[in-house]
Formats: sequence, C-alpha cells, structure tokens
Amino acid sequence: MITGNIIKIAGPVIVGNGMKGTQMYEMVKVGNDNLIGEIIELEGDTATIQVYEETAGMKPGEPIESTGGPLSVELGPGIIGSIFDGIQRPLEKIKFLTGDYLQRGVSVPSLDKEKKWTFDPILTAGSEVKGGDILGEVQETSAILQKIMVPPSVEGKLISIASKGDYTVEEEIAEVETSKGIIKIPMMQKWPVRVGRPYKQKLDPDIPLVTGQRAQDTFFPVAKGGTSAMPGPFGSGKTVTQQQLAKWADADIIVYVGCGERGNEMTEVLKEFPKLEDPKTGKPLMDRTVLIANTSNMPVAAREACVYTGITIAEYFRDMGYDVALMADSTSRWAEAMREISGRLEEMPGEEGYPAYLASRLAQFYERAGRITTVGTEDKTSSITVVGAVSPPGGDLSEPVTQNTLRISKVFWALDSSLADKRHFPSIDWLQSYSLYVDSVEDWWKTNTGSDWRVTRDKAMALLQKESELQEIVQLVGPDALPDRERITLETTRMIREDFLQQNAYHEVDTYCAPIKQYEMLKTIISYHENAEAALDRGAASTDIITIPVKDDIGRMKYLPESEFEVKVKEIQADIVKQCSEV
Amino acid sequence: MKIDIKTREYTTVSEVSGPLMIVEGVEGVAYNEIVEIETPAGDNRRGQVLEVKGDLAVVQVFEGTSDLNTSTTKVRFTGQTAKLGVAPDMLGRVFNGTGIPIDGGPEIIPDKELDISGNPMNPSAREFPAEFIETGISTIDGMNTLVRGQKLPIFTGSGLPHNELAAQIARQAKVIGEETEFAVVFAAMGITHEEANYFMRDFERTGALERVTVFMNLADDPAIERIITPKMALTTAEYFAFELNMHVLVILTDLTNYCEALREISAARDEVPGRRGYPGYMYTDLATMYERAGRITGKEGSITQMPILVMPQDDITHPIPDLTGYITEGQIVLSRDLNRKGIYPPVDVLPSLSRLMSGGIGEGQTREDHSGVSDQLYSAYAEGRDLRDLMAVVGEEALTERDRKFLNFAEAFEKRFITQTGDEDRSIQETLDLGWELLSLLPEAELKRVRAEHIPKYHPAYK
Repeated sequence: MITGNIIKIAGPVIVGNGMKGTQMYEMVKVGNDNLIGEIIELEGDTATIQVYEETAGMKPGEPIESTGGPLSVELGPGIIGSIFDGIQRPLEKIKFLTGDYLQRGVSVPSLDKEKKWTFDPILTAGSEVKGGDILGEVQETSAILQKIMVPPSVEGKLISIASKGDYTVEEEIAEVETSKGIIKIPMMQKWPVRVGRPYKQKLDPDIPLVTGQRAQDTFFPVAKGGTSAMPGPFGSGKTVTQQQLAKWADADIIVYVGCGERGNEMTEVLKEFPKLEDPKTGKPLMDRTVLIANTSNMPVAAREACVYTGITIAEYFRDMGYDVALMADSTSRWAEAMREISGRLEEMPGEEGYPAYLASRLAQFYERAGRITTVGTEDKTSSITVVGAVSPPGGDLSEPVTQNTLRISKVFWALDSSLADKRHFPSIDWLQSYSLYVDSVEDWWKTNTGSDWRVTRDKAMALLQKESELQEIVQLVGPDALPDRERITLETTRMIREDFLQQNAYHEVDTYCAPIKQYEMLKTIISYHENAEAALDRGAASTDIITIPVKDDIGRMKYLPESEFEVKVKEIQADIVKQCSEV
Repeated sequence: MKIDIKTREYTTVSEVSGPLMIVEGVEGVAYNEIVEIETPAGDNRRGQVLEVKGDLAVVQVFEGTSDLNTSTTKVRFTGQTAKLGVAPDMLGRVFNGTGIPIDGGPEIIPDKELDISGNPMNPSAREFPAEFIETGISTIDGMNTLVRGQKLPIFTGSGLPHNELAAQIARQAKVIGEETEFAVVFAAMGITHEEANYFMRDFERTGALERVTVFMNLADDPAIERIITPKMALTTAEYFAFELNMHVLVILTDLTNYCEALREISAARDEVPGRRGYPGYMYTDLATMYERAGRITGKEGSITQMPILVMPQDDITHPIPDLTGYITEGQIVLSRDLNRKGIYPPVDVLPSLSRLMSGGIGEGQTREDHSGVSDQLYSAYAEGRDLRDLMAVVGEEALTERDRKFLNFAEAFEKRFITQTGDEDRSIQETLDLGWELLSLLPEAELKRVRAEHIPKYHPAYK
C-alpha cells in the first residue's frame, strides 16, 4: 500500500505527492474522512485524483492511501431491485446510517454480506469448467433467476461444489483446479467498471426490442443489442419516454441509470415500479430493475463513473444469457462531468470546452452494447440494448454530444419541442428520426404480425412525408386550394399522427400497445386511405368522405383493451369499406 | 454567519485581482473554509477559500476587493465552512445577503448552526411530491399544476409583470382542505430597491410579513455576495421544513444575477469557459440549489421553490434558462406578446410545463376530468395559434368553418381563461368549468382528449 499527501485541492480534483508506484485509474482513499477517489493522471511522484465525494473542509497534508485495485463493482445476488449511487453504494442502507441527507465518507459494502441466498447447484464436481459456465442458480427475485458463473479468467477442473443450501455472497461455493493452482469461488464477483466483460462473438441484432410504444416499434424500431440516441430539449418528454421504455420493453433486465438528473424522477421510479406488472411475466417491474442514481446535486466525479457502473452490471446479467436494456438519462450530464473534470485538470479543451477524448469515450461506452455469444462451454445468445438520452443545450442538435452520439448509435429518436408544446407525445419527430434496424427486424414483424407489415409501415411513412410537402403549400395558399385527393391524404396523415403516433403514457390501456395491435391499427388507417381514394375515383366528394362516422371509432381504437380489440377492429375495418362505398 | 474564535491570522496577501485574493505561506487551510479579512482601513469583510495549493490559498472576497492591499491586509482563517445560525424566530425578519439582520431587530439567537452548502438529499429518502397547491391562477392550476415540494421557475423577460405574479402566488397559494399557510422564504439577488420594496410592501399590505423571511442582496450590494444568498435562504427553508415541520415556499429572484456572479468568479480564475462564458460547472452549481426543494418520507414539511429568472433577450435557449429547465420540474413562461395585448398574467401556456402535474390532479385531488380538460385546452389552443399564423398569410376567407371555430376558441381562451386580475383567486372548480365553457365553442367530435364519459357530465351543452 502506498501512502501520499494532499498538496492541492480544487473542487472534486485533488493532487497528492508521494504517490509513485500507484497506477492509472487505481482507487484511493483520500483525506482523514477516507473519501473514495480515482487516479486520473500521474506525473513524477504526484497523482491527480478525482474524488467521488464533496471535498469541502479538506486540507493539504491530509493522507492519501492507495487500495491496489481499480474502481470495481460487486456482482452477485442482491443487485436487482436495489438503488445504488454512481459508485455502487446502496442508497437504502446509507439512509439507515446517515439519515435523509447523504454524508461524506460513508463506507457501506455494495452487496449485503450477511444475507443468505439459496444456492442450487447445476454442475457436479469433476467436470471441466471455463469462465462463464453456470455453476448454479439463485432465485433472486420473483422474476429473476440469477445464474452463478465461473469468473471469466478461471479455467480448469471443478473439484468441489456446494450442495443446495443457504450461503452468503462471500462464502465459497466451488473450487476449481487451474493451471495456476486451486481457486475458491464465492457467489460474488468483482469487476473493474472501465473494462468490458469478455464475450465470444458479436452477432447482428435482428430481433426487435418490443417496447409497446407505437412510434418507436412501428416506425423507428431498436433491435435487441442495438443502440439508440434520444436527444431533445427540456420539456420534450425525454424522461417520460425513457421511463416508458423501462416499464414496457421486453427485456429480461432493465438497468436504469439516472445520471445527473432530478432526484424526484428516481423517487417516481422507486414508487411506481413495484406497483406495475411486467406484461410478459405478470411480476412486479421492480423485480427485474436495477437503479443507479447519481442525481444532479450529487458529486460530479461519481456522475462520470455511474454509466460505467451501470453498463458493467448490465454485462454481468448479459453473461448469464439474459437480454438486458440499459437506459441512461442523460448522457449529456455524463459528458458535462467529463468536461468539468477536464477543466479542473487544465487540459486543452476541444469543441465547446468538452475534452478532446469525448468522442472516443462515447464510442467506447456505446460499443459495450450488442447481441453476443457468451463465453463459456455452452454458447448462449444474449444482448445489451443501450438507450441514451441526450440533453442538447437550447435544443441545438449540432452540439458535440449529440453529433458524436449520432456517429455511433443506429437509432435516432429526435424529440421535438414544438410537438411537445401541442401535447403530441411521445414527441418523436417522424421526419427527422431514423432507425437502421428496419430491414433487420422486418422478418420478425412479418412472422409475428402480418406479411404486409413492411408495406403498410412504408406507406404510412410516405404519406407523412407527403404531408410535410402539402403543409408548405397550405401555408401559402390555404387548405381550400388543395385538390380532393390531397385533402384525403391530409386527413389520413392527421389520423396517423393523432390516432396512431400519439400515445398517452398515463392512460391505463394506451400506455402499452402490443405489436399485433400496432399492426392492425396502422392497417386500419391505411385501409381508410385506400377506400377513401377509391370512393373519390367513383366520384364521391371529399367533404363527404372526410365526415364518415367510422372515423370516431378509429380515433378511439387505441383505448380498446386487447381483449376487445381483436373483434372490434374487424368491425371497424368492415365499417370503413361499407361507409366508403356508400358515400 | 458565525465565526469560530480559533483562528489563524496572516498578512501575506500576494495578489489581488477582481473578486479574488491570493494568500501565501498559509498552513492547514481547508478547501471552502471561511476567511475574515481586515482591510487596511480597519473594515471587516468575509471570503471563502476556492483553491488550496501547497501553502497558497485562493480566496474569493464576498464584499469586493477594493481598498485591499498586499502589505497590511489581515486575513484570518476561521477553520469553518460557511455556516448559518438558524432559529424559529427568523420568521418575520429581514437579513442582508450574508445573513445579518438589517431590519433593526435583535440578533438571532441560534437554535442550530447549519452548513449553508447543505448535503444532497438521498434519492431513496425522498417522497414523491403529489399534493395539489391551489394558486388561484387558471393557467397554473388548470394547465401547469404546482404541487408541494416542486421546483417550478418563472421564465420571464425584462419589463414583464413577473414580480406581480410571484407576489400573487405567494399570497394565494394554499392546499385545499388545510388551514396551514405557507411560510415564505424570499431571497433577492441583485434586484433593485424598487423591486424589493414592491415585495416588502405587498407582504406588509396583506399581513403576510410575519410568515416571511427575507434575504436581501440588492443591485448595489457586492455581486460576489450573491453566491451565498440563495444558499442562506435554502438552509433556512430546510430548517423550517424538516425540523419545524412547516410548508415552505421559496422565492428566489433573480437567478440571472446569480449566474452572472458565478461567471465573474470563473473568469477571474481563468477557468476554461463553457457556453457564453459561463463556467462548465454551472449546471452542477444550479442543481445543488434547485434540488434542495422536495419532500422527505416521514417528515411533515416541504420545500416548494419558485425561482424567477429574467431571460436575456427573452431567449429561452440562453444557458441560464436552458440549464435551469433541465433541472427544474417544468417552467412557467411569460410572453411579451400577451403582455402587449394587455393580458395579465401573460402566461404562455404552450412552452410552459409542470412535470409533476399528473400526480397532483384527478379524482381525490382536483377533479376527475382535469387531465383531459388540460390536454384538450392545450391542443386546441396550439391549433388555434397555428391557424392564426396561417390566416395572416391566406386571409380569413380561405379558412374552413372548423378552422374558424378554433380561431375563435384561441381568442376566447386568451381573453377569458388566461386573463384574470391581480387579486382574482379562482378555485380549481371555477377554472375547470371555465375550461369546459370554452371547449364548448368547438365541435364535440373534436374533443378527443377528454374521456367520452366526461362529456355528458361536464359539457355545458348537457347542463
């Protein structure tokens, strides 16, 4: 252990001397209060350290102690359903120790070391094992069976394994004889957050992450293992959209990282999720959710670390064979934390004061997403999907964080404040947004909904495109000047916008829309369009077609519970044909 | 602010520049500690340590650096971070920007000494704010509902009646079915004497002064002092709310002046600037203030924040409103156009927002139809405004019958729903009924945002 002394303090950055022998990114304990810090620069025998807690009151001369290892997270039973801060300290436990406000220098283990979990072995002694192999299972919550794995670097012969029974996370449950000797394995693993956990191979994502949100699923789908960026100015509904994804996405595990955002938003998740049911399993949503909260008023250096903590936890569950979705709200706050630390280090700034390594850090983070084959004897396919919210200053998408994110992410959901002002939610701008996964998820949709899924979707998209052109004409000459056919188009696109794209997160039925319902809804609207055009060809007047009564039913389609929907939608479709032919 | 007697004194000031002073040869100086400065003329000033490097300390001087020299200026390090002595009898008192009474009353005998920076609230200790506050203002209650424990700023421009609106809210805010009134903590940062007097007179006129605590840093007070004024106010508010179980409304005005002071210090320290010269850590700095609003599980009291922010050039994308909007739970935006039309309060509902609205409205809180009415008013008014622009180009004749109805609606909405007088206290029932009355100007088939079953119940046509 190396011990040095503080020589300079400037906010979250301190400099110490006598630190020769310490390593880059090594974790250190700083000052008399033993605050946690991380070495971010070494020069001669001085080290620059970012401190994860408030440094007020600290003096030069106070000691710095190295810990010999990098900043790591503890992985094992006890993660699910918890709320951690940016460096994986359990906030619930801290509350018992220090009360309603966070105090400095609290040392609490991330995982409960006393609690016993029921371990159920799968492998038997004598078998050859590799890193990633599943030794046994622990039913962690009603929804999640946690798989206890051989740590990635271990390979050899399993010489003993614990029998079914209750163990703490630190108790030894297996012994492996490797080329370097016998290794004892407890349920808990430690892993440095800045290093990605290994995998065998990356695969192409071709299964959609079904989120139950019509605008995303139908028009701009994200695949399991894909990446999506969601920039939007304040008030455009980023957080509600993120929370909707965390609630309804069909992933096995959700890691929700609140990075530099509002405290009340985390409280909302903590209060609401235990009450909500997963549409797939019927279990409480909290039983598959991990929360990382580093709110905007918590120390800035820990904000820099929190996305790494989140993705490392996500990788751990991915290695068990699960599909994981990670929501990071907001990556801009993370980038700003980098900027703040970089400024304190007096580094030469890049664009808008952000450090020159902003792009590479963002890329490294998003690249930890993906659909993969896990390490281990048996191949398991699993994925991490990353959805990153971006908060561009002034809603200006040309700023560095948005631009560097767009270079990496494959899906772009552009949230628009003018849509939000009209209470069009989710405020995803259908003309600006894109998804590069439409082709790869097409097969899934065709198999699970209808063979004309792609045609219907593309037709709706083309109509929306046409609408924006027509709107320009209307702005110049007024709606009266449009020919009948164009008026029908505008009427259809109004239905697509209001009756399909708009989705009410607070309505008990509308909050989640199953893929088949999405498909039928859009098909119904397109069928209206086709029938209306046919009626027009027969000589009907556009004003009569626009006022047919079935349109009210179309408008209320989204509020139909799934149980009634199937019958009702057929009636609506039949009514469209009937009423259009009678005009 | 209390100063510990155990001090170390130096006369080794080596540099004075802008609001900063560098002291050499110091020992055992702590980051952020408070220093007392004696000027060559014998005056006392205070400052705070911004950086320590070996035996050098960088100190920001709250009351300005004029008259300081590098030979005889005395600097005493107090060994304490900034603290405020708080007590129940601070209610009804007026303090300056650094917490010293200026109303001629007696000294405060502190019940407790609290660090003014505060500590971050543990997110798992928070209670989600969900109690409706009736302000009596239709645009707020009906469409941007405020709840206890929320932080909802007013974004405004110079010359707009934001002070009138804030005073009206402070006067009228109440929770339905509860007798207790809000305690108000008012922090002025760099506002003029005139503006300050307006608030003081209003508090006196309505007899509210006894439940108000005022911290006053005026335009001619030292700019750097503004850095600590809001922290003083919020520390007091935390004490009232979570130790004395009061419901506290904190009004901070004007945040723009606070941020200017922050920029001044940052520039003096040669820091790498962020957008428009404001420091890169301004988001974090503002967040540590705004996030002090809220509720705590198991505690009676609450802190509701209403910061006022004058947007430079009415520009909502300026860094100050922009960063604020990302932290606060919505915003009330005042509009110059509405003000020119003579509409008070000139609240532009379209860019306004309350993020915590959904938890505070509906059955049991306001009325079951609240969210539907609000959404419908929003989208109808937005459409009416779009059509108004269109009409300006193509003329009214080119519009359809349906479009004209929306135009009329927008007009009526501004004249009857937004407009109210400075002492008109509308109940939420009145606001919602008024909303229905206006919606009845539109064809019933257009009312898609309200629930179908609420139409026969509340629509005037069925009464």
